[in-house]
Amino acid sequence: MKQGISKKNKLATMEEALEHITDGCTLMYGGFGGVGSPPTLIQGILDKGVKEMTLIGNDTGFPDIGIGRLVTAKRAKKVIASHIGSNPNAGSLMTEGKLQVEFSPQGTLAERIRAGGVGLGGIFVDVGMNTIAEEGKEKLMICGKEYLVETALTSEVSIVYAKKADTQGNLVYDKTARNFNPLVAMAGSFTIAEVEEIVPAGELDPECIVTPGIFVDMVILTEGVNWKWAWQ
Amino acid sequence: MGMAVDVRNRIAKRAAKEIGDGLIVNLGIGIPTLVADHIQDTFHVLFHAENGVLGTGPMPDPGQEDAALCNAGGFPITTVSGPSYFDSATAFGMIRKGYIDITILGALEVSETGDLANWIVPGKRVPGMGGAMELAQKAKKVIVLMNHVNKHGESKILKTCTLPLTARQSVDLIITEMAVMEVTNEGLVLKEVMAPYTVADVIANTEATLKIHAAVSIIE
Repeated sequence: MKQGISKKNKLATMEEALEHITDGCTLMYGGFGGVGSPPTLIQGILDKGVKEMTLIGNDTGFPDIGIGRLVTAKRAKKVIASHIGSNPNAGSLMTEGKLQVEFSPQGTLAERIRAGGVGLGGIFVDVGMNTIAEEGKEKLMICGKEYLVETALTSEVSIVYAKKADTQGNLVYDKTARNFNPLVAMAGSFTIAEVEEIVPAGELDPECIVTPGIFVDMVILTEGVNWKWAWQ
Repeated sequence: MGMAVDVRNRIAKRAAKEIGDGLIVNLGIGIPTLVADHIQDTFHVLFHAENGVLGTGPMPDPGQEDAALCNAGGFPITTVSGPSYFDSATAFGMIRKGYIDITILGALEVSETGDLANWIVPGKRVPGMGGAMELAQKAKKVIVLMNHVNKHGESKILKTCTLPLTARQSVDLIITEMAVMEVTNEGLVLKEVMAPYTVADVIANTEATLKIHAAVSIIE
């Protein structure tokens, strides 16, 4: 009998990927101001017309950049993020009562996602204590110090962007396009990675792999960024 | 915030004097970003960006931008020699663990006890806190750069903040177009005045109780 991990090839088409992203789903995404968000999957979700999603990620991008495109197109009913300031559409929709927004401090959000990705129920953190960020949260005394209980976050589907994948879904990132991606990849019940380059299993240096393929269910090839950056 | 370029640079230049050799620094968006341009050339300062890089450098030349290399504001950067990249959980691990020597932020309001409000104006502007709560609460030194008064001419430096807070008793130093003020156990101390403003101007434009430092200096 052959030893070792499954040699299942995880390469998929956009159509196969989109089968997993449906109305009302909880969708977690990588990216920071759009940098490191998967442009081709976002375009696919727009084209498919998926709506009523709960989006979980650092921010709501810019109006026409990253996940901001889904927010602008009113495809989200709820967002869990640390910042929506760079996408005025998110703020307007929230004010109009058309978008529910739950804020989490950025580091707490990252750690809640990581917790969800590694099988924890939550984390204890003192960030945001004695501010409105602590409202509705349980407090615990641990070793004589008080902490907030912050619950873990998981998703039905996570979408991430990476520089390179092998056919088993091992991922390598590109500079600051890494950001939330490795955390988001772990927290998805089903994780789709959009990548710039796909190589045969065994070609990536195992020491350099950031996300082990066990966390990744599907890999699709990107068609590249189809928006103009704020600085362009 | 409608502040003239020379005024912004003057504030940034003063803030840069707070940054010593060998420190690890996180700069916020806006005027804080300009501070890097004013640090002494011979100093080795390591800049941290909370999206996941330690060792950021100056802006790239036009045409040399790399979309995968940006600061936390989403704008292209370069790196100095020997940078490291990491995920956002690690980036905030560095902050919570106390490795950031200085953070420089903007503010909507600051109180005389160092309370900081900079993430929400309920019902009007709700951008979210981003990483400001961690930075304000956990950096060893918190410097706020801002306009002394709001667009209605009202003091932004108050006895008590009116807006929801980012962090309590977190600010160490406030630098505005008018003055440099330090939050101490004895209260808010006016240490320097930016000419042509006078001590009287600063007092008149500050709602918080100001103690005047015995050797208050004028920055020409």
